[in-house]
Amino acid sequence: MTVRRVMGTETEYGILAPGVTGANSTVLSTQIINAYAALQNSGSGQAGGARWDYSDEAPLTDARGWQMSRDEADPSQLTDSTGALDAEAVALSGRRGVESDLYNEGPLSTGVLMNMVLRNGARLYVDHAHPEYSGPEVTNPRDAVIWDKAGDAVVLAAARRVGQTPGLDPVNLYKNNTDNKSVSYGSHENYLMPRQLPFNRISSGLIPFFVSRQVICGAGRVGLGPDGSRPGYQISQRADFFEAEVGLETTIRRPIINTRDEPHATSDKYRRLHVIIGDANLSEVSTYLKLGTTSLVLDLIEHDAAPAIELSQPVHALQAISHDPSLQTAVHLKDGRTLTALELQRIYYEAADKHCNREGPPDDDTAEVLRRWGSLLDVLEEDPMEAAAQIDWVAKLKLLESYRRRDGLAWDDARLGLIDLQYADIRPEKGLYHRLAARSQMERLVTDEQIAAAVSEPPHDTRAYFRGKCIDRFGSEVVGASWDSVIFELPNRRRLQRIPTREPLRGTRELTGGLFDTSATAEEFIEQLLGAGA
Amino acid sequence: MASQERKSTNQRDDRDEEVTEEAPPAAPPSDEATASTEGTEDLLDEIDGVLETNAEEFVRGFVQKGGQ
Repeated sequence: MTVRRVMGTETEYGILAPGVTGANSTVLSTQIINAYAALQNSGSGQAGGARWDYSDEAPLTDARGWQMSRDEADPSQLTDSTGALDAEAVALSGRRGVESDLYNEGPLSTGVLMNMVLRNGARLYVDHAHPEYSGPEVTNPRDAVIWDKAGDAVVLAAARRVGQTPGLDPVNLYKNNTDNKSVSYGSHENYLMPRQLPFNRISSGLIPFFVSRQVICGAGRVGLGPDGSRPGYQISQRADFFEAEVGLETTIRRPIINTRDEPHATSDKYRRLHVIIGDANLSEVSTYLKLGTTSLVLDLIEHDAAPAIELSQPVHALQAISHDPSLQTAVHLKDGRTLTALELQRIYYEAADKHCNREGPPDDDTAEVLRRWGSLLDVLEEDPMEAAAQIDWVAKLKLLESYRRRDGLAWDDARLGLIDLQYADIRPEKGLYHRLAARSQMERLVTDEQIAAAVSEPPHDTRAYFRGKCIDRFGSEVVGASWDSVIFELPNRRRLQRIPTREPLRGTRELTGGLFDTSATAEEFIEQLLGAGA
Repeated sequence: MASQERKSTNQRDDRDEEVTEEAPPAAPPSDEATASTEGTEDLLDEIDGVLETNAEEFVRGFVQKGGQ
């Protein structure tokens, strides 16, 4: 009965070189990764990145209990190596003729990095045609906000470095989910869950929640339909790109519930719920509640206390709710009722509130999520526009409406499209979210100092601590890493030392901080670690 | 949003029943309201200054390849 669990976020950034028409986005994405590696190298003298260890990836294993064959899969689903190699080949070809020192500073002999494991425990890499930051595992929604925002700071630093590199054109990055031309890219969440829970209980419990939670964590979008060609405003960036209720895919026929069964942990104990339906948020409150409320609903499901709600047409409901910023649209349930998104959220909130207070007051993290969730629902029920300081889609809509009033703009005016896009620009001087925040018009939950520290420090209470500290302290001896492994190559040992990290709550500072403190070299560290049997 | 069409959403499907809310009578602008209008003007002026030039071309040029 708590919001606390192992969780994390992933962001694929939109990428644009405004000065180059038709620039190859995979090439631009590799520039971001290599620029960050160059920054890391110049700062510390350590190697900037380790290769990704793909040995535990299983993108075609379905949580419903079967395996998709490689022949059946879309090429974009083969994320356990070949896609990255294709991207690497593209990047290499695009590199020719670029007068740049960026690739010469990289630690690998190929000169081009597609993947980095960062000192804060995150992964920074080229995913398809976007730079992606996958944050380190954290244990609560507030830390999720901090390390999610740290990702924005990482890619911002990288983009600035690209801009200063002779021979390269400046690159802009956008924390959004669509180009409004039929293409969408993701912002995912991950939640650790017990394996024994039947998957169909997870999906049935979550679908009505996922369909309605956009009222709190939608990022807002100008234009309706995948290509945005119908004029108007909607709550969610992602809603119009979903076509199925449950499925394995993430790039085609996108499902509300993704069944990828890749636990990145001891697989008989855990599953990792991979959530692909969320929007990328700039608002800290939206990110906080996106993770916090979802974790609470999972807790309800785990305790068999989830509300019994079945939507008649979940995909249709998702889009109908998104297309009505007045929040009045009601959707049909199988039992004949019709409910608005706010009424659905209220049912989940009340179930969670009751559940969490059943055995006395909940822990502080849980109490805060409940308090903020309940009071935001109150505000949204009264007047959605009053939530502009907390919720991205409302903040963006308020700004757009101000422009519409002042300049008499119709919804298909290009300037409104630009405001939508530029809201997500990650540069503090250009991004409209950041301009609003600088004027204290967005509520902050964490400080700039916390975010800056999280760029180089891992969370202390998960295995991300072990991964991040290995990179930080022994980066030149770490030849590979993944969510559940760190691989050392040591001169005094003939074989590579692969340290499995399959328990997400081990490898913490409490358990391994002493080992790092008392080891001067990687050799000493490995000797102590293997000797201790940890 | 003050005069939004509101649909009753209780229990059964009675979505045909529509109630239009009356807009509240116009009140004389208070100091707070004036400050808020000035704040909005000031905000829009600032944002005018940071928006990319040539909105149409910029938005058209933002073309992404598929992602997850």
